[in-house]
Amino acid sequence: MNKVLKYVFYDIIRNKIVLAYAVFLLLLSIGLFNLGGSPDKAILSLLNLVLLTVPLISIVFATTHFYNSYEFMELLVAQPINRKKIFLSEYLGVACSLSGAFLLGVGVPVLLFGASLTGLYLVLTGVFITFIFVAMAFLASVITRDKAKGIGIALMLWFYFALIYDGIVLFILYSFGDYPLEYATLVMTALNPVDLGRIIVLLNLDVSALMGYTGALYKSILGSLWGISMAFGLLLLWVLVPFLSSRRIFSRRDL
Amino acid sequence: MITIENLRKSYGKLQVLKDVSVSFGAGRVVSVIGPNGSGKTTMSKCILGMVLPDSGDIKIEGESVLKKYAYRSQIGYMPQIGRYPENMKIRQVIQMIRDIRKDAKVVDEELIGLYGLEGMYEKRMGSLSGGTKQKVSAALAFMFDPKILILDEPTAGLDPISAEILKCKILKEKKRGKLILITSHIMSEIEEVADEVMCMMDGHVKFHETIADIKAHTNEERLGKAIAKIMEEE
Repeated sequence: MNKVLKYVFYDIIRNKIVLAYAVFLLLLSIGLFNLGGSPDKAILSLLNLVLLTVPLISIVFATTHFYNSYEFMELLVAQPINRKKIFLSEYLGVACSLSGAFLLGVGVPVLLFGASLTGLYLVLTGVFITFIFVAMAFLASVITRDKAKGIGIALMLWFYFALIYDGIVLFILYSFGDYPLEYATLVMTALNPVDLGRIIVLLNLDVSALMGYTGALYKSILGSLWGISMAFGLLLLWVLVPFLSSRRIFSRRDL
Repeated sequence: MITIENLRKSYGKLQVLKDVSVSFGAGRVVSVIGPNGSGKTTMSKCILGMVLPDSGDIKIEGESVLKKYAYRSQIGYMPQIGRYPENMKIRQVIQMIRDIRKDAKVVDEELIGLYGLEGMYEKRMGSLSGGTKQKVSAALAFMFDPKILILDEPTAGLDPISAEILKCKILKEKKRGKLILITSHIMSEIEEVADEVMCMMDGHVKFHETIADIKAHTNEERLGKAIAKIMEEE
């Protein structure tokens, strides 16, 4: 497997998109940390930008990469290699290189300018979000053979998780405002990895005091070590479910 | 060496293989013929595990190969249309496959030499002509001294000299006791290299006989005519 992974890495590093992505994140982070104000403020702005751009770039890059690697995979399936290994290598290749770019672009500035527990959570969340959206991209790619359709599905997924879902949640909160919705909100948060990541970081910032009763509930649940572990556990689940289902589809289909 | 039992495969509503049962022995060159879309490529892809059959079984030396992968170290495959990562150079593709097959004891580079591929090592796969890609496919298929060779229309894009080189190589490997499956439409070529002909039609095996038998019972000298005669009998 390591051999296959080596060639996937080699392929990704050669097209310089990942490098450009790292530089983009690096400029963004350094800029935000140097705009003045406290590091907490910078982390908050960074959080919002990261939660918008990281899923988008991960999902688009991973989908196009998957379709472009079709010939490569075709070549390998006639060799004595397990298909699941080919798939895992492709996944790890893309997810690890994007995470590497994220660690370089966001992790290093956070370490230099705002090293704190919140910063650590921001970096961890970013890495998880990368793994989650690469898995979703692979799911979109194995569902259909048509490249345009695959990218369409991937973009729809991004729209849904990054924009539409929040709208739905706000609509529900607004419509049923008369009822106690604290636990319902908690469940709704768990159903979207982007929101989950946002909450994990926000709760460690002072702004969480502004979030009212629901915020207090979040804080009482997620504020503890147990709660944080559970939140990261949920993120892990968000990685595994799309990854395992796409791997299953991939190993049972004709090439 | 290869036994196929009741193999069925359909793509959606289209039934490509309808209950194919056949077996091939070692040291033979079997030519698989049949009209376009009769299931020849699908059958070879099933043997390779690239296409997963709906039902039936494929055994190599008595062992089922479905859902396995290690057996592929014994198979060399030359696809009809070789598709390669466009931005890799010939050298990189060959090196990569060798790297993956590191445990192979013998590395046969005869075809690389005969086709002069070293001279083109630095060319990108995307810039190669169809025929050159075929040469790379052929070199890769024969490289690890596999017991079984599956060649899907091997000479279709090759110039006469390269085709001749390939035919010589096929006969040489046959003498070494290998099973070679060739799909082809060129009757003269089949007559030159093959021992048996397996004809497929609409996903069925129409007949599977030795060339000598076919010629004998049709009273024809030329294989092309003999096969046409069998087809007309229906």
